[in-house]
Amino acid sequence: MSEITYIRGREPHPRETRRIFRNIDREGYNPSIKCFMEDGGYETLKKAIKMEPADVINEVKKSGLRGRGGAGFPTGVKWTFIPKGNTKPVYLVCNCDESEPGTFKDRFVVHQDPHQLLEGMIIACYAVQAHFGVIYMREEFPEAAKIMQNAIEEAKKKKFLGKNILKSGFDLEIIVHRGAGAYICGEETGLINSIEGLRPYPRIKPPFFPAAIGLYGCPTIVNNVESLCQVRQVLMRGGEAYAAEGAQRSPGTRIIGVSGDVRRPGYYEIISGSITYGELLYDICGGPKRGRKFKAIIPGGASAKVMRCDEVLKDRNPDGTVREMSVFDIPLDLDSIAKFGSMSGSGGVIVMDDSRSMPKVLNNLNRFFAWESCGQCSPCREGNPWMLKLSTRICEGKGSPEDVDLLKSVADNICGRTVCAFGEACSWPTQAFTTKFREEFLALTKPINALKAHSPETAEARKYLIRED
Amino acid sequence: MSSIPAILPKDAAAAEGKVNVQINGTWYRFPKGTRIVDACNSVGAHVPTFCYHPKLSVVGSCRMCLVEQGMPPRLAPGAAPTYDENGYQPISWMPRAVIACANTVAENMGIRTNSKMTEEARKGVLEFLLTNHPLDCPICDQAGECKLQEYTADYGRGTHRFTEAKTKKGKNLPIGPRVNLDQERCVLCRRCVRFMKEIVGEEVLGVVNRGTHNAISCYPGTTLDSNYSMNTVDLCPVGALTSKDFRFQMRVWFLKSTPTIDVNCGTGTNINIWTRESKVYRITPRQNDEVNSCWMPDSHRLNYKYINAPERLLTPLVKTDAKAPQRPTTWDSALNLVVEQLHKCAPTETAIVASARMTNEELYMVRALARQLGITKLDIVSRKGAGDNMLVSEDRNPNTNGVKMILGKTGTGLNAIRRGVRNGTVRFVIALGEDLTSPEAGFTKEDLEGLDYLLTIHHSENETTRMSDVVLPGVTFAEKYGTMINVAGRIQRLNKAIEPMGEAHSDWAIFRDVSERLGCDCVKVIACPTPMMVLEEMAQEFEPMKGLTWGNIGNEGKVILNTGVTIPLIERTKAKN
Repeated sequence: MSEITYIRGREPHPRETRRIFRNIDREGYNPSIKCFMEDGGYETLKKAIKMEPADVINEVKKSGLRGRGGAGFPTGVKWTFIPKGNTKPVYLVCNCDESEPGTFKDRFVVHQDPHQLLEGMIIACYAVQAHFGVIYMREEFPEAAKIMQNAIEEAKKKKFLGKNILKSGFDLEIIVHRGAGAYICGEETGLINSIEGLRPYPRIKPPFFPAAIGLYGCPTIVNNVESLCQVRQVLMRGGEAYAAEGAQRSPGTRIIGVSGDVRRPGYYEIISGSITYGELLYDICGGPKRGRKFKAIIPGGASAKVMRCDEVLKDRNPDGTVREMSVFDIPLDLDSIAKFGSMSGSGGVIVMDDSRSMPKVLNNLNRFFAWESCGQCSPCREGNPWMLKLSTRICEGKGSPEDVDLLKSVADNICGRTVCAFGEACSWPTQAFTTKFREEFLALTKPINALKAHSPETAEARKYLIRED
Repeated sequence: MSSIPAILPKDAAAAEGKVNVQINGTWYRFPKGTRIVDACNSVGAHVPTFCYHPKLSVVGSCRMCLVEQGMPPRLAPGAAPTYDENGYQPISWMPRAVIACANTVAENMGIRTNSKMTEEARKGVLEFLLTNHPLDCPICDQAGECKLQEYTADYGRGTHRFTEAKTKKGKNLPIGPRVNLDQERCVLCRRCVRFMKEIVGEEVLGVVNRGTHNAISCYPGTTLDSNYSMNTVDLCPVGALTSKDFRFQMRVWFLKSTPTIDVNCGTGTNINIWTRESKVYRITPRQNDEVNSCWMPDSHRLNYKYINAPERLLTPLVKTDAKAPQRPTTWDSALNLVVEQLHKCAPTETAIVASARMTNEELYMVRALARQLGITKLDIVSRKGAGDNMLVSEDRNPNTNGVKMILGKTGTGLNAIRRGVRNGTVRFVIALGEDLTSPEAGFTKEDLEGLDYLLTIHHSENETTRMSDVVLPGVTFAEKYGTMINVAGRIQRLNKAIEPMGEAHSDWAIFRDVSERLGCDCVKVIACPTPMMVLEEMAQEFEPMKGLTWGNIGNEGKVILNTGVTIPLIERTKAKN
């Protein structure tokens, strides 16, 4: 890609492989369809629309493409979950509610290269025979909504959208639907409720698996922005060629957003599994700031479990011997880090150096989750504010050592008992922080605090105690 | 492997359309599609629930019904399943609990409602629900019938670990004319929201705010003023929604509930009357899927105040002279007077205005009395109103079908009686349980003043009783046994919830006594000591009632007539399933 020049100061790192982000920060590139088509845009669509829909799905299945929203579910397999003999309309929804703290990848696509998403989405719609697509745009992207809308108009004029696309007989309408600013709308069933105009309360699964009962009770496929862009890459390069590149179980490129205490935070598109976390943070991101040491990494968006940089991890070699390693030796693909109890999720890497107080980091996360809990199911609704109040109290120096255990126990009571994955998302940070950085939490506590009243109500009630013990 | 049964349980169950499920170690068979919660409850393995209600859609949001669940292990390709000596596959238990309300049973599924995992899940969820719940049980109306209270007794920790400030929300909000909301007590099960949306079809209630600030609220510009609003109070598992009528009136554990039926319209809604001593405190619907499902209209529910009203007639009243005021007397002298006066009445100049609010037993006795006296001018007051396409029937009399069967009347003869009163051919009127001056009956005060003799049996004082020569105090529906036939032809039982007020007598017993004193020798009439015996007498005579006894009618009633009339709400529910 030597012919591409990028804006000065924003050039990709040499170890990057820009596929999805090929046009991001490119010199002279704008979101117009002209720019996109000059760069070979919509050629893949022309190819794909001549194939049978089932062949498109097969191609995506062959590629081994896994969803980039965080859960990493194989995209092609998801598409086949539409019930056989379905007579209802099928909908395809693009999840552009990128609200996981620390994740910033989709926003660049929808702001700078909207047609890439559109092309991927049209191919996906064709594959699952959806005649109506929705781009669910988070409220915080008002400009992107305009850009996307404009892109849709342009595509319609060029007959890539609308009736009888490219004379193939396939009709497709795509609309942009704007959210109202809620993290939970990123959960696919919450998102579907939001499109229906309801409160974005996630639905119970079973029975509301979107591929069977989704938007307006019809089969619905919900895919992340990056996943849909990757679909275009799969069709462009061929399923087998795509599968051959990168980690065996999670092929293709990945966009990693690095934020926090590194010298060069930013977005990097790398071949999955081609580098380790150490190479990412030291080589690409330039290592810790002057005079600092890395302390902790949250490897996959705010809800992923935190990893300690000085922790000795034990892994099994293929020959059965145990080798010791650190978090920096873990390859950057979807599965490797799962072995060590965390997840690579949406690719948002948050780095903290030794200047950070872990209880305060956790408190910040808890504040986010307590505010974003939708309130539908009891453990999450009541557990999150409790965790927030506990971590706040610990940070203020009003906690006792028992409060640290209580904090962990509250998180344990949420995890696995909620309607949607938010329960895990909100409890994992607390579980991981209180376990891995327990000493930091304990250092802020005083045993005497266990005897103090923590709320006006308790203080009031204590007036009537004869004996305070 | 030779010990495997020849017919595997799974095949035997599949032949019946059922599946085998192991609950707490014991194998049971349930029809396919049974919810885990229903399956467990049916075999005594109780599953606590807040949001689950069999008549509403499942949202699975309270998480109280979490149970440990397992399925046979997933087989490697080509591997054959293994069976134990009883023919069941081994169960591999799942690492996380599942909700019992949304999941249905499956072949060879295992459920544990008493395991450590289930217990911990329940404890955990309950603790969360209690964190922001005000501990105001001593002043909460729901105390005593509160699910949260019950489950706290079962799964509560005893001490609380939550010592932070609680979330503040709205208290004592008048969200409707008959319902009050306390948002802090609410566990957000959203039963009320789903009821208003799915059953009533008025989306008035919703949830506002996010996270711990979630609260039930009315949509802007609306109030919870539906005629079915008080069902949300019944549905509410905690004290968040309370009835303005019942608020702070009585602790529920002092109340006795009596299963009976509502008499405000032809539907015959099944109800429970909640009483203490001789006072009625509230009425709640009783489930009967063929009549009223689990619901009842507010208008009917609140129409009970007359039972304990000061207008109740407590003793027989007589006028010794046409101009003299009424004075109380004993039953004996009143009945003697009635008999004496009835002997004087010419049967052709006498009319009986009966009521379709009477039970079958009373109507049977009225018929006997009319035959004995030779009176043919006999009819009822018909009441019509607009049906609401839910549970309120157009027929506002509860026993029109009983009248049709026993008296053969429909209310069309009332005009003739009224004309007779006005042209002087009817000189004597016996009014039974009806106020003749009511708009439905259509008599005027002048009509009644012109009569030679007016005998009334009624439970409460009204214009007619004030003008009567003799008033015998009857009882309300809460004070008597009897049967009624609803619009759909279902015979249902009324049960006595309280003893008759003062010296009031059951109406059927009054008729029997009058008949007896008039010299009736019919054993069938005078030998009946109880209304149940009257029912048995009727069962001999009326073809549709063949074989009916008080016992086999049961609490849910029996269809005995084919009227072709249906109850709209029940039809809708059936169509949905």
